[in-house]
Amino acid sequence: MGSAMTTAMRRHPSFVAGCGLVGLWLAAVLLSLAWTPYPPTEIDVPNRLLLPSAAHWLGTDSLGRDIASLLIVGARTSLLVGVAAVGLGALLGTAIGVLGAARRGWLDALLMRVADFGFAFPALLTALMLAALAGPGAATAVAAIAVFNTAVFARISRSAAGAVWSRDFVLAARACGRGRWQVTVDHVLPNIAAPLIVQATIQFAVAILAEAALSYLGLGVRPPQPSWGRMLNEAQEMMFQAPQLALYPGVAIALAVLGLNLVGDGLRDLLDPRLVRER
Amino acid sequence: MAGPLLQVRGLRVSLPSARGPVDAVRGIDLDLARGRTLGLIGESGCGKSMTALALMGLLPDAARASGSIRFDGQELVGLDDAAMCRLRGRRIAMVFQEPMTALDPLQPLWRTVSQPLRIHRGLDARSARAEAQRLLDRVQLPQAAQRLDARPHQLSGGQRQRVMIAAALACGPELLIADEPTTALDATLQREILALIGTLVTDSGMALLLISHDLDLMARSVERVMVMYGGTVVEEGPGAQVLAAPAHPYTRGLVGARPRLGAARGARLATIPGRVPALGDWPAGCPFADRCGWVVDACRAGMPAPVGVGVDRAARCIRLTSAHTPDSR
Repeated sequence: MGSAMTTAMRRHPSFVAGCGLVGLWLAAVLLSLAWTPYPPTEIDVPNRLLLPSAAHWLGTDSLGRDIASLLIVGARTSLLVGVAAVGLGALLGTAIGVLGAARRGWLDALLMRVADFGFAFPALLTALMLAALAGPGAATAVAAIAVFNTAVFARISRSAAGAVWSRDFVLAARACGRGRWQVTVDHVLPNIAAPLIVQATIQFAVAILAEAALSYLGLGVRPPQPSWGRMLNEAQEMMFQAPQLALYPGVAIALAVLGLNLVGDGLRDLLDPRLVRER
Repeated sequence: MAGPLLQVRGLRVSLPSARGPVDAVRGIDLDLARGRTLGLIGESGCGKSMTALALMGLLPDAARASGSIRFDGQELVGLDDAAMCRLRGRRIAMVFQEPMTALDPLQPLWRTVSQPLRIHRGLDARSARAEAQRLLDRVQLPQAAQRLDARPHQLSGGQRQRVMIAAALACGPELLIADEPTTALDATLQREILALIGTLVTDSGMALLLISHDLDLMARSVERVMVMYGGTVVEEGPGAQVLAAPAHPYTRGLVGARPRLGAARGARLATIPGRVPALGDWPAGCPFADRCGWVVDACRAGMPAPVGVGVDRAARCIRLTSAHTPDSR
């Protein structure tokens, strides 16, 4: 299995590249827990808007904060918001999807219409409504992205589970005396895991973008907590004096999203049972 | 033990369609005693698989069964799923047609085989594994001990069917329903698998309901056959007799349409004219009326009642009664 995996990876340079980008990002998160070049929120107005130098690798922003430190800590925010929002959404959505597939009938129809409803609202709109109700903040951003993800995962798991339910081995398991719920746990969930994992990676990328967008609009994480989206927001004010400020968080977001998408694409191929069988 | 193990009366299965509910099974009566074997024969679409699924309580969600299915005195029609789950795999087991798709591709063999034991007897993983090996040995899976952790795609079709049979036998059921268990297998394997089922049925004293469209296979495997057409049983009787001297025009057609080795070169294979009508398109009266060479107006008046055609035999054809005896056949 190990050697089969490495062969498959060699045939998939884009997957390896994606893993590299995601690895870099995770390394930044780990680093942020132990060390940053400067305290990320330390304001140093005399040294504002410095260009990259040996002291400040990526320069400083309009308040003199070290951009490299902000980026490293911002990676943590992206990761936390992404994990929480995708994790919650995937958990809740998958539960809804497999429940609908197992029960059918009116409950299924109701759940799927609710999912359609959730799907119709972009995360941004949900966040606006939640921010109006509960005030902006990291929790608002997580909740809004999670609601959107719940609908995405409900739909995907419902359709994938529906396909599994129509297969003979489910009927055979039922003929052995398995109840609907046990069939879901024993047979349906393992057989839909692959598409869900792929989707989770891609939704992760979407969540990072959404977090950046929400923070950029001031609906996400609150100052002084660093976030790539907030860095973009602040860079906008300095667009003409210091355009480089928008470049760094923009590139960070693009690389993280690119990495996750490459990983997702690669996983889709690597987890495809038809390809596994051919190996 | 009074009464037959399985007693079915007036079983109907209706399926929804664009034109409202249509009956796929239209009033089946069936008796099967402990340790006996019964075959259901018919073309695709005649309702035999629906009958099997109705007996298991595993009809598609939209399908409705009515009538009565009594298993060891207990009424199964309308029984809730939890109670049905306690019967399935323990007292009634089923072997499916397609061994390629009826095994979960992600589960190792020992888990599939021991599933009924874990459900109904609460076996732990360790003893379930040991039992699985014993069962796989019993169905003569080669190198069973080394293959407990194999996945279905590592087995051939015949081996997978053995695994399915092992799982069905796990709890020592009183009734085994085998829905075309050999259709997906090649000819030599068909005989092996049927012989295996035959031996296991004899050894364990369970009753067998075998479903197939293969007449020769039926004649060798079961004591009694029921020929289905259009959702009803058109003829029933002891297997060898029905196939040696079919009474109903449909059974005659089926028997006549068997390909034979040694037939004269260039001889055309006999066929039954027409095709099985789509579900719900049954003609009024006898379902076979549109394809039958003996048809008279009276055939379309109503569903023919079963007529005795010998010891322990019956056929649903009015032309077999004295009033309508066919002129020259």
